[in-house]
Amino acid sequence: MSHPSLHLTDLSYFPGCSLESSARESNISLMEAAGILGLNLIELEDWNCCGSSSANILDKEIAFSLAVRNLSLAPAHRPLMVMCPRCLYHLREAHQRLVREPETLRAQERRWGRPISLDLPIIHFLEVLVLLGPARLEQGLVRNLNGLKFVPYYGCTLFRPPALRQGTYYQGELGRVLTMLGGEPLTRALTHRCCGSFLSAARADVVTPLVNEILASAVAVGAECLVTSCAMCQLNLEIRCTWEPRLPIFHFSEILALALGAEDYEGWFTRHLVDPRPLLAARNLIA
Amino acid sequence: MNPPKAGRQVRGAESRIVLAEQDRFLARDIQRLSGTNLNRCYHCRTCGNGCPFIRGMDYPPNGVIRLVQYGLRRQALESHTIWICVGCHTCSVQCPMGIDIAAIMATLRRLALEEGAMIAETNILDFHREVLHSIKQYGRAHKLGIMLRYKARVHQWFADLDVGLRMLAKRKMDLRASRVQAIDEITRLFIPHWKR
Repeated sequence: MSHPSLHLTDLSYFPGCSLESSARESNISLMEAAGILGLNLIELEDWNCCGSSSANILDKEIAFSLAVRNLSLAPAHRPLMVMCPRCLYHLREAHQRLVREPETLRAQERRWGRPISLDLPIIHFLEVLVLLGPARLEQGLVRNLNGLKFVPYYGCTLFRPPALRQGTYYQGELGRVLTMLGGEPLTRALTHRCCGSFLSAARADVVTPLVNEILASAVAVGAECLVTSCAMCQLNLEIRCTWEPRLPIFHFSEILALALGAEDYEGWFTRHLVDPRPLLAARNLIA
Repeated sequence: MNPPKAGRQVRGAESRIVLAEQDRFLARDIQRLSGTNLNRCYHCRTCGNGCPFIRGMDYPPNGVIRLVQYGLRRQALESHTIWICVGCHTCSVQCPMGIDIAAIMATLRRLALEEGAMIAETNILDFHREVLHSIKQYGRAHKLGIMLRYKARVHQWFADLDVGLRMLAKRKMDLRASRVQAIDEITRLFIPHWKR
């Protein structure tokens, strides 16, 4: 799905449960960055859980309907922007099914009493940045990242799922955007390795070696931190790493907002379990 | 074929397996339900080599495909592998035959639940149940509520207590759940249509 003619001023925004709670710092910094870039993010009114892995495992139909309710709430005239890769996946997958199955579409429209647009573009924030183009980022650059060495960590979902094979791939965009802002991406680490997802709650013993492996790969290439596009990855990499010294794990939106000159970063970074402020101060990025 | 030596644990060898007595329609069913062609699998084991979770699995992903191909329904549905799989799709992407292995795992989980098979990873299932419970109640996932109810269910209050407390201290888990206003629209999804 490519939408070259999108109007990127007003966007519907689906935060998702993680950005609403545990990863609120990602939400706030995203809003900040979007404001600086001239994007007007309008939170989807009364949105609900995208369906999540758990609902999809226990009851695919309930999960599907959960995703579709969100689609029924989205005004057709603005693109729906999603930050969480897993939410993006579930919303897009549901949307694809509605396109394939007209009778399901009609049933869902009756259920929610609202029309659902089959042309609704559902896009990730990275996609918005790419469409905005490099000029806008360069204009907005206030704090050069001073060669901050980071691993762009995508996690598993942004590119993987076969269901989204027809979609645009944003391989490398995290790195490219931050390179433009003065960072130095180190891509020869485990950038797409799954972080352990929900197993972190029920089988931490399986997740811990996995997270350690990801972080070891980052240390091996000389990274100072990881920048991730997924809030769940960010949390798992922070809480399940068992060896020292721990690398700070940033939300992509935090680093972006920081480079674009946001000032209220203190509130985001104090919410991290691995304090990133010493690193940023050493790089003269924060006072 | 010699029976396995006594005292030695051989997986799947509690008794001799007679293939002719197995579920000969299993592969066809899984294929239809998952929408992917598992007969293309020639067991090159690429899936297992790439799988981040292989440590926690009893069968490698292709091993589960083998069970399905042989019609070993119970062994497939009762395997740990299908619950350890989080659906990261690494195997699906790496498979040289383009088999969506994650979709096969998802289908097997669904069948295991529908048929009341013995669930090998009850903790994982309990966690999923609590997430869904939270969604039913609030329309959104409330992490603290999920974790508390999950801990109560599995009686493991002290596992991960340090992580939980650190998350609370950093206000990563909200005491109050974020809620959907029109919660009726959500709860209605959980009631069968003939009861509404």
